[in-house]
Amino acid sequence: MAKHLLRVLVLVYLLFLLVIPVGLIAWRTFADGLGPVIEALTSDEAIHAVQVTLTIAAWAVVGNTIFGVGTAVLLVRHDFPGKRLLNALVDLPVAVSPVIAGLALILVYGRFAPVGGWLERNGIQVIFSLPGMVLATIFVSLPLVVRAVAPVLEELGEEQEQAAHTLGATRWQTFRRITIPGIRWALAYGVVLCLARALGEYGAVAVVSGRIVGETQTLTLFVEDRFQNFDQPAAFAAATLLALIAILSLLLTKLLRPKGND
Amino acid sequence: MAATQTSTGPGAAAPGPVEAVPDRPPARRTRRVRRRPSVGTGLGLGTAVLYLSLIVLLPLAVVVWRAGKDGPDYFWQAVRTPDSWAALELTLGASALVALVNLVMGTIIAWVLVRDRFPGVAVVDVLIDLPFALPTIVAGLVLLALYGATSPLHINLAYTQAGVVVALLFVTLPFVVRTVQPVLLELDRDMEQAAYSLGASQWVTFRRIILPNLAPAMLSGAGLAFTRSIAEYGSTVLISGNLPFKTEVAAVNVVGRIESDNVTGAAAVSTALLLVAFAVLILLNLVQRWAARRG
Repeated sequence: MAKHLLRVLVLVYLLFLLVIPVGLIAWRTFADGLGPVIEALTSDEAIHAVQVTLTIAAWAVVGNTIFGVGTAVLLVRHDFPGKRLLNALVDLPVAVSPVIAGLALILVYGRFAPVGGWLERNGIQVIFSLPGMVLATIFVSLPLVVRAVAPVLEELGEEQEQAAHTLGATRWQTFRRITIPGIRWALAYGVVLCLARALGEYGAVAVVSGRIVGETQTLTLFVEDRFQNFDQPAAFAAATLLALIAILSLLLTKLLRPKGND
Repeated sequence: MAATQTSTGPGAAAPGPVEAVPDRPPARRTRRVRRRPSVGTGLGLGTAVLYLSLIVLLPLAVVVWRAGKDGPDYFWQAVRTPDSWAALELTLGASALVALVNLVMGTIIAWVLVRDRFPGVAVVDVLIDLPFALPTIVAGLVLLALYGATSPLHINLAYTQAGVVVALLFVTLPFVVRTVQPVLLELDRDMEQAAYSLGASQWVTFRRIILPNLAPAMLSGAGLAFTRSIAEYGSTVLISGNLPFKTEVAAVNVVGRIESDNVTGAAAVSTALLLVAFAVLILLNLVQRWAARRG
């Protein structure tokens, strides 16, 4: 009896918090068929927002993947002073509000800050433009690849790497032929997590973007802008697109998730 | 989150056999050869630290510096500005409530996922992670569809504090579930069976046998949900309407200050939020250590 009560309680809670709201958006988006959705997503503004989002996500994923694999190798395979500190600092972005991440970047790279001012005089505008949005996205998704790769690297051990080394392989050869194949699924898992977060980031990007329509507007900012301007069909269409990307990435991560890392 | 699965486990310091060969360092648990940092390692380390510093460490340090550079009185004044203080009060209060609801509901959900069998339980298990995958602005929009002015249930939570709480409940749903679930899976059921066979009721068994084992994971999940809640921005923006003194949360207050060029005020409120977050994380760490020592 208690068992059924708990089951019903859980299902009702999830239904009203999660399932009905998400389903309702999808239903309202497609209520008038596919035509209006395609129309809303092929407006100049929407296409531009998609392009901006993809550009930013690509840079963030490349940056964090290189940093993530490199840092995981350093943390797992090497000894150096300050290792525990580096290990702790990698997780720092998780504890920081995206809004604070944006503010932090403005304080360093904004026009009126020493570093930002110097960059601006040399023709590089960071804040209110793409570089700042890339930095903000990197900030919030920084730990994801490291934390996906490090445990698998640890489990893998280094016997094979040492064997390759003994047989005369250079460090780069060992890394490319032994280490990378060993961590490839964990790496893919981390990259999917990072990509999903980068495509969906809103707060940090909103703060540094300056919200310039047709210039620094990402897909998430497009959703907000359209909603605030009472253009619900466009807001719902873009939101549904983002939700579909999220669900797809969720299913991918379920497939890729390293075993024992639940 | 502080997943320190790198080298120094409890086994690393275990005393080995005494007759070690004198000029060889004692074998470590992972049988790793201690390498002298090479030029390549140094270069890699330098690059990684530079990347982390330029994007995360230096900017965050400047936020804290900006908040504190005019002295603690000025910092306190900026935090106590009526609108910011109201926003902080709402944020901390709502986050505490959200952590509490998660503590109960998250544990029940984890319980049902582990102990109950019904068709579709696997789908429910996947669904739990949806709030982490969904962009926060989409989460806000989605909730507004059911709990906004056009609600088919005729429940309008838009521009209310209840709306803020619902948004926070949505984005923090996975924390307690995902911390309690693995502990519940590993829990030895012999003890429960023993309690039952000695005549304990279901409730007594839960309270005396199961709950003490789950408590550290429950607290840790609730703590993470709390830190996420006080930092939350995107999901609350649309549903709360950002009315100062009523539904404006701290993160929205920070953005308002940035947009009105009051960067020092924004830095002060940010630093206050960071301080609370780190205090909670340190507390969680202590709870974990205490639990580990108790066995």
